[in-house]
Amino acid sequence: MLRVLKSGFFTTIQDLGRFGYRDKGVPVAGAMDTASVKKANLLLENEANAAVMEITMTGPTLEFENPTCICLSGAHLSPTLNNRPIENYQVVKVSKGDILSYGKLEKGFRGYLAIKGGFKTAEILGSRSQYFPVTSHKRLKDGDEVDYHGTSSFSPAISEIKLHDRFSISTLEVYTGPEFSMLTDGQLATIFSKSFTISKENNRMAYQLSELIEGHSNSILTSGTLPGTIQLTPAGRLIILMKDGQTTGGYPRILQLSENSISVLAQKKFGDSLSFKLL
Amino acid sequence: MKSYPINIKSFGECAVLVEWPPKVDESILMDILDFVDSFKALKIPGWEMVIAYNSVTMVNNEDPVDFKKIESLITDSYSGRHGSKITRQHNLWNIPVCYDLEFGIDLGEVSKTLGLSIEELIAQHTSHQYIVYGIGFLPGFMYLGGLPKSLEIPRRSEPRLAVAKGSVGLAGKQTGVYPQDSPGGWNIIGNCPIPLFNPKLQEPCFVKVGDKVQFHAISKAEYDLHKIEGEVGIYKPEKVVLNA
Repeated sequence: MLRVLKSGFFTTIQDLGRFGYRDKGVPVAGAMDTASVKKANLLLENEANAAVMEITMTGPTLEFENPTCICLSGAHLSPTLNNRPIENYQVVKVSKGDILSYGKLEKGFRGYLAIKGGFKTAEILGSRSQYFPVTSHKRLKDGDEVDYHGTSSFSPAISEIKLHDRFSISTLEVYTGPEFSMLTDGQLATIFSKSFTISKENNRMAYQLSELIEGHSNSILTSGTLPGTIQLTPAGRLIILMKDGQTTGGYPRILQLSENSISVLAQKKFGDSLSFKLL
Repeated sequence: MKSYPINIKSFGECAVLVEWPPKVDESILMDILDFVDSFKALKIPGWEMVIAYNSVTMVNNEDPVDFKKIESLITDSYSGRHGSKITRQHNLWNIPVCYDLEFGIDLGEVSKTLGLSIEELIAQHTSHQYIVYGIGFLPGFMYLGGLPKSLEIPRRSEPRLAVAKGSVGLAGKQTGVYPQDSPGGWNIIGNCPIPLFNPKLQEPCFVKVGDKVQFHAISKAEYDLHKIEGEVGIYKPEKVVLNA
């Protein structure tokens, strides 16, 4: 059992997502930065879909009740285990009573805590990813207890990797979206030459960009949308749907992020700048 | 059988979009459903298919999409869509709605704008069968078509921050039920006491795309009863099987 002493700003349990229910209007959810999650699970020799904790901006304070191994990845949130700093992409042994806490946000926006065997919260419609009202709560609260299977016998084949972090990448790679052809030369020139800023409206559902581009009066019949779909509103606002984004929408879908760029964007926050590159 | 020109578009690394002519049309919807059955019969793992009005978004959760390969599979499935002997069943669901003013918070305004008495409004809303053209936006939210012209009313100029779960609304050519508490700009005329989405069930949504929905008016007492039945999971939605 892991005891959530303080839950932090927005801390959730996520796996790779809830597949097979989009046709019922259920967003896939799942970790925003899957690239970081996959590496942490790999070091712990977990299944790729093992559930992790997604920690946004301000981290939680957590107490372990059984011995196990953990691995952190994603954003740098000054984590400490019993007040000693620990690093990302390192398999760390923890003992009963150990306290993991976080400090200042240094780089990125979403950190991950992976645990040997994954967190064992209830699976709902085939996934542990928290998304209200499919799961009964949208995030972890102070005092919650999260199950995991303790182990003291795990010794990893590789206990540490050094990676160049990707927080400085500000170019997002995009494919053409279904309504790409409705873009005017003027709109295309703006999208691919200007730099954009992330607005305050950014969360697990969508990231809106601050700068408006030339608007339009094209309308489409409601149709499917995906994580990474970039919609253009009639007023000229760019909205990038993320993992909790709606499954259908009525705004033109002009671009589609590469899977890799969804992970890059997941580490951006209000005020960060970015630009687009067509693949 | 009529054939439509279909348009296959790439949609990132994991998806493709198949589009029919941009119309809200029951025969197009049935053609899409025939195609989806035909493609599903290939039993290729990993594909999810999201139908909405004139399109199917096909998402692969396992492998990156090889566009040329999937394009030819789609073309073949479309030409072969009447070859397989799959009998698809469509249901007409009879959905209870309480139109009391307690729930129908915009009934007064809607009745004034449309020039119909509240009784006439309820009679019209409950006398039509609506086709489910898609499920999306929120878990269990149905895009319904077939609203009579006399009930078309613009959405509210300012959306509400919170519309109650079960609220039945009118907006433009659409009517629908909010499956959960949500912000929303539709005109609210009643409330449906039964859950349209239940994540505890393996099949969380009893309504399917291509089904029809008809509303029937219930009293406050019946509402309270169905609400409790829905909460404890014993409410059985009434249905009539339609021929596919």
